[in-house]
Amino acid sequence: MKSAMIEVNEFSKTYGSFRAVDGISFAVQKGEIFGLLGPNGAGKTTTLECLEGLRMADGGTLRVAGVDPGRDTNRLRSVIGVQLQSSGLPETITPLEAMRFFCTYHKVAPRYDLLERLGLGQKEKARFAELSTGQQRRLALALAVAHEPEVLFLDEPTAGLDVASRAELHAILNEQQARGTTILLATHDMAEAEELADRIAILLHGRIAATGTPMEITATGASLTKVSVRTQQNLFNGHADHMPGVQQFDRIDDYGIFFSTDIEATIGAILSAIQTEDDTLIDLRVERPSLEDRFLEITTNGGQQ
Amino acid sequence: MNALIHHFTLAFRSGLRDKQLFIVNYIFPLAFYFFMGLVMTDINPAFTPTLVPAMVVLAIMFATLMGIPDPLVKAREDGILRSYRINGVPVSSTLVIPLLSTLVHMLVIAAIILVTAGPVFDAPLPSEPVAFLGTLLAMTFACAGLGTLIGVLSPSTTYTILLSQAVFLPSMLLGGLMVPLSMFSGIIERVAWMLPASHAMNAFNSLSMGFESGLNPYASLAMLAASGLVSYTLAHLFYNWDRRNTRRRSHPALTILALLPFLGSLI
Repeated sequence: MKSAMIEVNEFSKTYGSFRAVDGISFAVQKGEIFGLLGPNGAGKTTTLECLEGLRMADGGTLRVAGVDPGRDTNRLRSVIGVQLQSSGLPETITPLEAMRFFCTYHKVAPRYDLLERLGLGQKEKARFAELSTGQQRRLALALAVAHEPEVLFLDEPTAGLDVASRAELHAILNEQQARGTTILLATHDMAEAEELADRIAILLHGRIAATGTPMEITATGASLTKVSVRTQQNLFNGHADHMPGVQQFDRIDDYGIFFSTDIEATIGAILSAIQTEDDTLIDLRVERPSLEDRFLEITTNGGQQ
Repeated sequence: MNALIHHFTLAFRSGLRDKQLFIVNYIFPLAFYFFMGLVMTDINPAFTPTLVPAMVVLAIMFATLMGIPDPLVKAREDGILRSYRINGVPVSSTLVIPLLSTLVHMLVIAAIILVTAGPVFDAPLPSEPVAFLGTLLAMTFACAGLGTLIGVLSPSTTYTILLSQAVFLPSMLLGGLMVPLSMFSGIIERVAWMLPASHAMNAFNSLSMGFESGLNPYASLAMLAASGLVSYTLAHLFYNWDRRNTRRRSHPALTILALLPFLGSLI
């Protein structure tokens, strides 16, 4: 049985009269990537900051690799790595100096190889302010993992990155996961969460509105599954919303698009119709609702499932 | 220790690389020094004997009151202090390293002034180098403390400018840099003795230049050291790694507490 590296139990946090987080609970297992999703003000950053030992929880218990972040901050520093949303580095520092500086405070040998690995070798003597957004993000990640933390916290790790940098960063995170690092990822990017996270929790108004694997979360929604069909004789070129489970029908180019609540019945009826009409199936695609669809559904309904 | 050395090296390099810091550490003090050396010694020959201490005091005020608070506020706003906190950089290092790096910059400035003041402006040099160095250390400690406290208490860079100028401008006018302290009387004299610059000038003039003093110079040194100590204690107490942190409430007006030790001069 895997051990929980992050334990959040009935955690709550209040700023004045505003309850930012309201009694949430979840656990993240060793080597797992856990996504924390939610709109602005949902409580993601507050949760991260309390787990990172930056703020004190008002209620509940928090544990990171067995450490209470509110009490044993010194031990916490050695087990966590944090890639911050903001730059977090002076403008005049170079990647080489930043690596040496933070590694010295972590009492580990500087990992200059990480700079090379993250494509910063040519820029290791450039000032932080001269680096592109992507390079700054990669440097922040290099610094976060240099002391080989057991738990990695990432706040919007790919915000502002181009497609190539984003893919590169994802590859590095997968490598980190492969070596057993537990990753807690706070993001607005649904596609990123769907691609990277083993499990996710959707936060809304300081509460967990949904939790599970991306597949589980998308499967539980009321959203319709999209079935796109193309046949040799353009069989579905008229109205076809009388088919079982179909709520809506559209035509795009040569495709008939069915939006269904009962995927099994709909596909059965489509194949049967093709056979009956002696037509030939050229293409059939089934698209489950995306995490983004489900997220929008949850946030629009105010957290009601 | 290794971490402190790296931190110091970074802060020192930043003082040379950062345009704003380079200006307040070197350009302003040296430009002012050469300007004053050329103009003031010509207009008012009585200024020449105090040229060296006055310009060293001015350089320290530029570097500390202008150079320390702003970067501290900016570091807080940009998440640098948060990053330091996460990576185990102690608060004491964050507060004290700028003092040490500024001190080295000030030693360089003092050396330039000492080397050039005699041959270029015919100004007398300190007869007691140890006392000169001791006063420079005390003044840098007091003003860097004040600058740090301003940075810690200011919610924005607008406040740092206001608070820094509230100390800098009176110090320029009443601190004995342009006009001897002995020329002031009544309320002006009392206000003048509440400023670190007045005590630094008193100690420089008396202990290292051999001039008469208006106050016991050792008391001035003690008050400068006490002010620095009060400032750093308060800065540590009210240090906040970001402005949303509600655990430590403070007010910029508390900066005035750093000047309390100078009340001793009124006794």
